[in-house]
Amino acid sequence: MSKSDLSRRGVLKAGAAGLATPTIFTGAAWAASHAGFTNAPEGDTVTLGFNVPQTGPYADEGADELRAYELAVEHLNGGGDGGMIPTFSSKTLEGNGILGKKVEYVTGDTQTKSDAARASAKSMIEKDGAIMITGGSSSGVAVAVQALCQEAGVIFMAGLTHSNDTTGKDRKANGFRHFFNSYMSGAALAPVLSNAYGADRKAYHLTADYNWGYTTEEAVKQATEAMGWETVNAVKTPLTQTDFSSYIAPVLQTDADVLVLNHYGGNMVNSLTNAVQFGLRDKLVNGKQFEIVVPLYSRLMARGAGANVKGIFGSTNWHWSLPDAGSQAFTRSFGTKYGFPPSQAAHTCYVQTLLYADAVNRAGSFNPCAVAEALEDFEFDGLGNGPTLYRGADHQCFKDVLVVKGKENPTSEFDLLEIVEVTPVAQVTYPPDHPQMGGAEASLGSCNPGA
Amino acid sequence: MFGLNSKDTSLLLVVAVLTLLAPFILNPFPENSDLAQFNAGYPDLMQRFVIFGIFAIGFNILFGLTGYLSFGHAAFLGVGSYAAIWMMKLLTLNVIPAIFMGIVVAGLFALVVGFVSLRRSGIYFSILTLAFAQMSYALAYSVLTPITGGETGLQIKPIDRPLLSNLEPGEIGRANLFGIEMGNSYLLNVGGWQFTFNAGYYIAAVVMLIAFYISIRIFRSPFGMMLRAVKSNQNRLNYTGLNSKPYTLAAFVISGMYAGLAGGLMVAMDTQVGPERMFWTASGEVVLMAILGGVGTLIGPVLGAGMIKYMENILSKINDAILHQWFAFMPDGLENFKVAIIHPFIGKGWHLTLGIVFMLVVIFLPGGLVEGGQRIGRLFRRKKRKDKPSPDATPAE
Repeated sequence: MSKSDLSRRGVLKAGAAGLATPTIFTGAAWAASHAGFTNAPEGDTVTLGFNVPQTGPYADEGADELRAYELAVEHLNGGGDGGMIPTFSSKTLEGNGILGKKVEYVTGDTQTKSDAARASAKSMIEKDGAIMITGGSSSGVAVAVQALCQEAGVIFMAGLTHSNDTTGKDRKANGFRHFFNSYMSGAALAPVLSNAYGADRKAYHLTADYNWGYTTEEAVKQATEAMGWETVNAVKTPLTQTDFSSYIAPVLQTDADVLVLNHYGGNMVNSLTNAVQFGLRDKLVNGKQFEIVVPLYSRLMARGAGANVKGIFGSTNWHWSLPDAGSQAFTRSFGTKYGFPPSQAAHTCYVQTLLYADAVNRAGSFNPCAVAEALEDFEFDGLGNGPTLYRGADHQCFKDVLVVKGKENPTSEFDLLEIVEVTPVAQVTYPPDHPQMGGAEASLGSCNPGA
Repeated sequence: MFGLNSKDTSLLLVVAVLTLLAPFILNPFPENSDLAQFNAGYPDLMQRFVIFGIFAIGFNILFGLTGYLSFGHAAFLGVGSYAAIWMMKLLTLNVIPAIFMGIVVAGLFALVVGFVSLRRSGIYFSILTLAFAQMSYALAYSVLTPITGGETGLQIKPIDRPLLSNLEPGEIGRANLFGIEMGNSYLLNVGGWQFTFNAGYYIAAVVMLIAFYISIRIFRSPFGMMLRAVKSNQNRLNYTGLNSKPYTLAAFVISGMYAGLAGGLMVAMDTQVGPERMFWTASGEVVLMAILGGVGTLIGPVLGAGMIKYMENILSKINDAILHQWFAFMPDGLENFKVAIIHPFIGKGWHLTLGIVFMLVVIFLPGGLVEGGQRIGRLFRRKKRKDKPSPDATPAE
């Protein structure tokens, strides 16, 4: 028996709204009447689902993502100054929506919980007839929603998710990620660190005890060890920990001279603050200055940690101070609308929406399989990260990675990070069957149009 | 009927009719109207209504009858879910063994937790159960990652080949009941309305009706009476020479099995488990459901569960753009004013709305929504009596 995911609106509009017309939908009948895929847009509008954390620990990021989505919809529909549309290398977006259909959207709250995120995404698909789901600010949620979209037969454009697994062992044919990942962070950071701090360092890792922490620790460990560093110890810290003193004191007992904090969000703010308070950065170990590294930076984290981030290295996907035309255009149009520069979460969400719209235009169809085909191995430029490849083998974007460091003299509360190096894409590229990405076992499966 | 008295039979029948007609009742607004936003008759939410209904019914057997407030019930839901998904990954994609396994494993876990926690009562019992639940959550989140999948949880993957299945290579298994997939639906278009009859929902609904029936029988049984005795005065019960522990432990295990059943059903409807299912807020939610609906009443917890899930799924999806659409007919200033007033209560503010409703219910309707219903019912009955011309209506002179 085939599965029938139903477009409520679509079916209704197409169903000629006759009085009392019961219809049994089997796969074939459904395909015949609806171009053969879930939630095929009927009429002159198309609905996108923006599923972001509006409550919970990542609510700030979620709010910024939602702003970016609203901006993207405005630009797609021809409003505002067009943002990155003029700088985007593909020229199919003309401000007349997607395939000539006006873009509408529905929003939902993931609460940064997979169950809630899936419930919200399901209601968008089943009730609102969303043709594409995007958003999220954690890897657990991204993996859960990506699997749901695969099952339901709609496209998932991941928001902020940094764990290798999203396009590694949990990759799906209907899911796409523009954001970079743990492996790339490690590969980009390691050479910069070894230049700055020398090749004979001893590193001590504190790792948030969950999936993202593991993949980041592994990535940074392997990349730095390849540079000649030694890993003294790697300690897992509970995600709910707020005081890291008891984890930092033991660092002083070892001969480690670098502390790597595989923490994100509030965890990182607290652990970094503790480490600085313990005077780690003023210490000399093995005749070398003690250093701290934070693999994944975000502006919101930098703001939380305040002066403690000064001079600390990390990596990010994008920063609003980038000089290229795309970044400038986006920062300007976001700033004009909301009064402050966008975060990297906002950037990746905005770009994902544009990429989806463009892929639909190029494919000439909303069919998820056609869209996936248009996105696979698509090369583009002008969206803020330089020339970028959407690799077909794992649906991961390959682009330059930014190595940043906390600014010594910030001029505003948004100007906290400075770009140290733009790591070229070649240096962060890995084969699709890399062991950190699930090895040879990981596969996309086949694309599911839902019908 | 079914060994119930006439009042309970009619309650069961009313619940049965309501659940079976839910696709109609929950979709009162035509598809293209502005109010369609408030329709709740789509498969996922209907499934959640009945599944959380089961969870709350089970919780109420413990809390409503014995008065023991377990603050860690989500742990059993989670354990049941993990058991069910492993069953599907390893044995068969049929939902029955999965649900059965969910019940059994959650029951065993409840036996262990109950044995330890029931040594204390009152607040100490609550804290112990909370501790167990948080422990389970933390274990699932990190230490037990090989079994639970950690933060990313478990799903059915293309590489999963259950023993009793004949999937094509690369095909991702889907939960089914003897070939009927949970996602299958039948659509009925009537005028501007569209009603969805979903296979998964009806399977869950039948399970809920059975669970509800069992709960009525427990409430009316001598065992249920004994549990009520525990609630009213456990000391006195002990002084009469009765050992109340086996009764409370039995209630705890039954209640845990209900949670396991709900967990198993959740997996059957949506083949995915994440550890947040066991987080303490999830345990708190079921307490809210019971209190909101009416603790110790039969139907209350189901109503409470429906209310909370409705707010979570419907209110949280209303955003400013939709508000502007609603008030578009007003002059601009007034429109923006109205939107600004309502804004804090919708979208991400649904917690706030839920909090206010909860406070109002606790303050003005201590018996929950059920008490509200009874009051309204009484109001009508009194009116009817007044309508009849009665001898004492006219004063004797």
